[in-house]
Amino acid sequence: MSTVSEIKETTSVELALKGTETIELTGSQAVLEALIAEEVNTVFGYPGGAIMPIYDALYDYNDRLNHVLVRHEQGGIHAGQGYARSSGKVGVVFATSGPGATNLVTGLADAMIDSTPLVCITGQVFAHLLGTDAFQETDVVNITTPVTKWNYQITDATEIPHILAKAFYIARTGRPGPVLIDITKNAQLQKIHYKGYSKCEHIRSYRPKPIVRKEYVEAAAALINQAKKPFVVFGQGVILGNAEAEFRKFIEKGGLPAAWTLLGLSALPTDHPLNVGMLGMHGNYGPNVLTNECDVLIAVGMRFDDRVTGRLDKYARQAKIIHLDIDPAEIDKNVKADVPVWGDCKETLPLLTRLIQQQNRSEWLHTFSELTRKEQEVVILDELHPKTEALSMGEVINLLNEITNGEAVVVTDVGQHQMVACRYARFNRSRSNITSGGLGTMGFALPAAIGAKFGAQDRAVVAVIGDGGFQMTLQELGTIMQTGVDVKILILNNQFLGMVRQWQDLFNDKRYSFVNIQSPDFVQLAKAYGISGRSVKQRADLKTALQGMLDHQGSYLLEVYVGKENNVFPMVPQGCSVSEIRLK
Amino acid sequence: MRTEYTITVYTENQVGLLNRIAIIFSRRKINVESLNVSPSEVSGIHRFTIVIYETEEVVSKICRQIERQVEVLKAYYNTNDQIIWQEMALYKVPTDAVAEKMKVERLLRECGARAVVIRKDYTIFETTGQREETDKLIQVLEPYGLIEFVRSARVAIIKASSGFHDKIKEFEAIAPSEELVENEYLDQPRDIFTM
Repeated sequence: MSTVSEIKETTSVELALKGTETIELTGSQAVLEALIAEEVNTVFGYPGGAIMPIYDALYDYNDRLNHVLVRHEQGGIHAGQGYARSSGKVGVVFATSGPGATNLVTGLADAMIDSTPLVCITGQVFAHLLGTDAFQETDVVNITTPVTKWNYQITDATEIPHILAKAFYIARTGRPGPVLIDITKNAQLQKIHYKGYSKCEHIRSYRPKPIVRKEYVEAAAALINQAKKPFVVFGQGVILGNAEAEFRKFIEKGGLPAAWTLLGLSALPTDHPLNVGMLGMHGNYGPNVLTNECDVLIAVGMRFDDRVTGRLDKYARQAKIIHLDIDPAEIDKNVKADVPVWGDCKETLPLLTRLIQQQNRSEWLHTFSELTRKEQEVVILDELHPKTEALSMGEVINLLNEITNGEAVVVTDVGQHQMVACRYARFNRSRSNITSGGLGTMGFALPAAIGAKFGAQDRAVVAVIGDGGFQMTLQELGTIMQTGVDVKILILNNQFLGMVRQWQDLFNDKRYSFVNIQSPDFVQLAKAYGISGRSVKQRADLKTALQGMLDHQGSYLLEVYVGKENNVFPMVPQGCSVSEIRLK
Repeated sequence: MRTEYTITVYTENQVGLLNRIAIIFSRRKINVESLNVSPSEVSGIHRFTIVIYETEEVVSKICRQIERQVEVLKAYYNTNDQIIWQEMALYKVPTDAVAEKMKVERLLRECGARAVVIRKDYTIFETTGQREETDKLIQVLEPYGLIEFVRSARVAIIKASSGFHDKIKEFEAIAPSEELVENEYLDQPRDIFTM
């Protein structure tokens, strides 16, 4: 049998395994071997006492695993999410026990609700100390149960290869989600007879994809073929299923107007003639109004979030609902489906496309463009070309589009700037929009942008962030400094917690309660981290400043002061139906 | 309309699954009226029997959320007329009261109870049945000095379940259960610096 020291010389355990039955490895080495076998090239993490054996092993894997040292575990997990969303691969995060693990919770909840594949590995105290309130001991498995797709505690290293294989399989298959594996320190140190790693292909109690029922596909096709005013609403399922091409063929053959949820954005190019815009609370006028006029509503890989549907008892009551989803629990959860099409949309969409008739629904499409025109006149024109002295968020995004040509990955935080960026950013490619949708996590964008760049190194990554959200995770500027990762940071500073202020303006008689937020000098702050930057207040400087940011070699921070009390419109007020959307 | 539903869940036998299932109810602030976890007729496959008081719409969504869990094979929900169900209860009464008053003995016979333990100081009776039956015996025994009472969770068998039984047998034959791994170190504190 080979020894551990021999492995280092052969550089690869797989190589060392040739000709031998087993090899002696520590649990920590087995963890890293699993990551390599799963083709993980980047890990985001932060060391600490209970995960030290894994970090010690990592010292010898530096040539095969790129570890990004973040400044806070929340930053680490958001980076993992950004990486997963831009690359389509599983994001991997390391954290230590206790506070390290609890700092992951926000990111886990975010990844759970936005179906992001992650494998988080946390260190844990020695198995014999579990339950004794040991130093940095916390019950991570139970804390994270509601916010993980699956989690597991390893107390014996012999389980490591098998459990990690399961973790990756569960994280990426079916409806993806975060998995957390908690490994006690004794298991990390324990020596095992390692037999090599085999990927998990099947878990008997887990069915990632429901069986496609042909009769429902046929019923759905019949409904679409009879429809006069069919309307497609699509979500991230199209992106997660890598079904962008299948989706395009489907809507193109049926002549079906399609609107996107916040997370469905970029699955269909902005310029596509059937792309009728954004759904929901700050979505476009046409898709919201016509939700209540269509005769067949076809939902693809979306979950009818309340920010999309508005008041449920007044949501598309006139329409027959077809719902395509991989997760059977989503069918009928919020909106009752007349025809449920269970399955992976990569498989179900082509089946459906084959059965639908080629149609050109120009009259119905015209209804959308009429409403778009109205929105243009009342909202969009003023937002993109304001007559005010103060800059608008929309005009910044509009100029950004001109410079990036819709090729950049745009990562947004949460709030007004997020809604404006998602409304006006233009995209040619999928996996270009990364934002915290379901959980609405302020502070998401900066670390997620770092991860997104590691996941898509050939693409420009622009993080659009508000002055409030930036201050929640700005410590990650340190990660940018140390790794030299190229992230463009665009702060839209309205000197307010803008979205809350907007609600206080509209619904609380302008009683601005604790939304007036002060900020440091962001440019000076960036400078302290060795990041170049500029602050802009004048319209005349905006374009050159944006161009300068994108042309700059390496990271750059651009702060743009925008109108303090601008509101985002259109808006579906809470408790109202989508067709009661307000243009002002 | 809210009514009593019995949820039957077939699962793997894994540490932590009880919590995963329990929080599906507590997240929605639904009270679990009764919970029983036991082996099923197929070795390696466990069975939860959960009773809640809810509407059909809620219980059907709950079952889908339960089925989403990686280690859950299948979840069913049934109304009381679709199942055969029983609960067991134990009653502790002073022995002198039972011995001296023939009336008690007669009532116990009527309630289908049997004596599990008879000691000088106390006697323990057991009865199995539905809620009304086990409740009735409390009322009967109370005047004679009922010292302690405990009732088990509901166990239930679905009347129309043969289809699923064949499926899980086939299922277990194709892919046998994984071994349950528990913490073997709790009773082996060792002399190590823990940081």
